[in-house]
Amino acid sequence: MNLRRFFSRSQSAPAARERLQVLLAHERASAGGSDLVTKLRDEILRVISKHMQIDDDKVTVRMERGPQVSTLAVDVEIPFDAGKKAA
Amino acid sequence: MGKVIVVTSGKGGVGKTTSSAALGAALAQNGEKVVVVDFDVGLRNLDLVMGAERRVVYDLVNVIQGEAKLTQALIRDKRLESLYLLPASQTRDKDNLTSDGVEKVIAALKKSFDWVICDSPAGIERGATLAMRHADVAIVVTNPEVSSVRDSDRIIGLLDSKTVKAENGERMEKHLLLTRYDPVRAERGDMLKVDDVLEILSIPLLGIIPESMDVLRASNLGSPVTLADGRSAPAVAYFDAVRRLRGETLPVAVPGEKRGFFGKFFGRKAA
Repeated sequence: MNLRRFFSRSQSAPAARERLQVLLAHERASAGGSDLVTKLRDEILRVISKHMQIDDDKVTVRMERGPQVSTLAVDVEIPFDAGKKAA
Repeated sequence: MGKVIVVTSGKGGVGKTTSSAALGAALAQNGEKVVVVDFDVGLRNLDLVMGAERRVVYDLVNVIQGEAKLTQALIRDKRLESLYLLPASQTRDKDNLTSDGVEKVIAALKKSFDWVICDSPAGIERGATLAMRHADVAIVVTNPEVSSVRDSDRIIGLLDSKTVKAENGERMEKHLLLTRYDPVRAERGDMLKVDDVLEILSIPLLGIIPESMDVLRASNLGSPVTLADGRSAPAVAYFDAVRRLRGETLPVAVPGEKRGFFGKFFGRKAA
């Protein structure tokens, strides 16, 4: 057995605890259908699709749920003639 | 009127059936009249864990469908005369459980037993929601492990919204039963501690069942662990849990916290 690895291994329970706390805070909020981040994501995508055909490959949505602050990043690649197509 | 308890967890394999059998037996060992009902239609196992697998004639579905009387389907334990089992069906599927049917069976059982223990199937579908529907008290069985804690949190949400009690605006009494707890690993920081789980789920603690060979031994023998070896650590923990269920206030001993010199010496990581 690799002794050094065994001794230097850090504790994993604190990570489990932290991950659970963040996750459950969000899951409890979304159980009532009031998860703001999910709502924003859906509405933003709906607005964009009103003005242009959304190509799934050209849209990236990233969510990062944190204990205090969550971030939502919507990255849409808009082709030059997108407006004309939708019109 | 008897009390209806649901033993539930969301996640499978955390010890619902083992705990239902052990708590049921422990209550009966205290002189109470108990029936343990298996709600896991299609995958019944309570009969096996309680050592009654060769005596099943009728089951819960037969009773609900009117093919057998309740008294015909109840199996009396061979060791404890006040302990009964109502098995689940092995051949039918869970759609045979109707809400009305379950309600009638539970109402009838409440009349003749002090305790009706409903052993819930895993998951959050029909079998699980019907098992919890008529409960007065819920025991949430949780392992100190992330997926089990998450599922327990989900189940607690259902207990507070999808049960008769919740729908009538009453508070569902919920207790946490922490099972498969390994004090050595918790001490080493590689398992969620009791306080971690309690803080996250924030429901009162009914007991801590230590990880133990005795539990597997008991199920191999088809005997609830409180009967197989009443002095083993898990049996003592179940007996204490039952005392709390019956209303006693009893401090919960965290396994490993009273370890002697050798336990401490060998239990800790040597760094």
